[in-house]
Amino acid sequence: MIEFRSVTKQYPDGTRAVEDFSLVIPSRKTTVFVGSSGCGKTTILRMINRMVDPTSGSIQIDGDDIGAIEPVGLRRSIGYVMQNSGLLPHRKVVDNIATVPLLKGVKKKDAREQALKLMDTVGLDRAFADRYPSQLSGGQQQRVGVARGLAVDPNILLMDEPFGAVDPLVRSDLQEELIRLQRDLDKTVVFVTHDIDEAFYLGDQVVILQKGGHIAQVGTPSEILSNPADDFVANFVGANRGKRALHIEETATGSILVDDEGAPPAR
Amino acid sequence: MNWILQNLPYLGQSTLAHLQLSIPPIVLSFVLSVPLGWLANRFRPVRGPLLTIAGLLYAIPSLPLLLVLGTFLGSLRSDANIIITLTLYGMALMVRSTADALAAVEPDVRQSATAIGYGPWGRFFAVDFPLAGPVLLAGMRVVVVSTVSLVTVGGVLGINGLGLLFTDGLQRAIIAEIVAGIVLTVVLALVLDALLVLLGRALMPWSRATAAPSRRQARKVLATA
Ligand SMILES: Nc1ncnc2c1ncn2[C@@H]1O[C@H](COP(=O)(O)OP(=O)(O)O)[C@@H](O)[C@H]1O
Ligand SMILES: [Mg+2]
Repeated sequence: MIEFRSVTKQYPDGTRAVEDFSLVIPSRKTTVFVGSSGCGKTTILRMINRMVDPTSGSIQIDGDDIGAIEPVGLRRSIGYVMQNSGLLPHRKVVDNIATVPLLKGVKKKDAREQALKLMDTVGLDRAFADRYPSQLSGGQQQRVGVARGLAVDPNILLMDEPFGAVDPLVRSDLQEELIRLQRDLDKTVVFVTHDIDEAFYLGDQVVILQKGGHIAQVGTPSEILSNPADDFVANFVGANRGKRALHIEETATGSILVDDEGAPPAR
Repeated sequence: MNWILQNLPYLGQSTLAHLQLSIPPIVLSFVLSVPLGWLANRFRPVRGPLLTIAGLLYAIPSLPLLLVLGTFLGSLRSDANIIITLTLYGMALMVRSTADALAAVEPDVRQSATAIGYGPWGRFFAVDFPLAGPVLLAGMRVVVVSTVSLVTVGGVLGINGLGLLFTDGLQRAIIAEIVAGIVLTVVLALVLDALLVLLGRALMPWSRATAAPSRRQARKVLATA
């Protein structure tokens, strides 16, 4: 469990990126932060691995205040995947995936073996192992990024718009893959996106953010869809809908979330 | 031509002496520029003054600098004089190159390296420095050529090297000696430059892999055009 308690972040230039933010992120579930650009999503995410330290308030992981944990060690224990993969361009795919285990002192041979297994896990052909990141497509690079994020078998996986820069078809592949992975691996995933469809598709818990990291609404996708907290949420949920306009449908067995073709989104 | 054939050992010795004077300033200017370039890049307020001083240094004509420094060292003709002077010129070029090279490393890559758990020093040596490699290499190629050519100024002071072939050739009016001096200087510069490029390829196989797709694309465009 990750808990934010009245967290505020003011950057040195005076920007108050996040104001009085409180939230509980449950373990082994996917929590998605969604909001437009500049609303503080990245700042909130980076406070979890101490890339950014809060100006006030505290953050706890499983009851321990992370302010007291040494940042480098903390980061090595938390997976991080970002847009444009952030892979090291001068290291082969397999070495990229093995980076953190090697930093933690795992033997080279073991780290490599494990990295190859992770390539299987994320659906990457082992033939790519000895290529450089620039020799892969955007979607493949993101898979490498995910594999690298999983390499130390972290409890927590932070993902900052990881699929934001790939084309829509590849993106839905990656989304499905993440859902499959999450079913098998049971991580605490904290996912950031500005795409509401992606948020509803991936999130067990969805957090809709407004500027300054103010929470407009927290809930499951169906709670938010069936009962938007205010006009802002209603607009946000209704606006910029992609092909998969989700809505709630009452059936004999209860209410379910369906897309506009009447099919429940694959889960 | 005759003169050249009769003086092959002398030409060899001069080339060797020239090489021996060129290598230390090339290596030193690299080794000393990296921390200064890092400093300029890391602490913004330092950047302007440091790079300006470096730039001004390069604007000082080499002969006066050799004379001043030589007087200071107590010996105009010492190797130390020319090595120190040329190290300063090399640094004048390389400090800026290093600062630029480090600044050009993708912020995304740097941030993700921090995010996955590199400490500051680990990140510098494992990520920033190697990724700055191609730009550092480009800077060092200029330093190599500039240093090899500047060593010839030592000839005026009577310091051994290919520069002595010009001064001696001029005094004794031996055209072949002057030409040999020029040709050997250029050849030496080109050879060292080529070695540096090969070293870069060996140390940075990724940089060619990264550049390859765009080259392939360019070729495709040319083929279809
Ligand atoms: N290092 C920084 N220094 C100053 N302001 C920043 C910095 N990082 C982000 N900000 C500002 O904080 C706000 C929130 O940014 P961010 O967390 O990146 O939002 P998001 O990820 O939702 O786009 C923005 O106004 C942004 O300009
Ligand atoms: Mg962001």
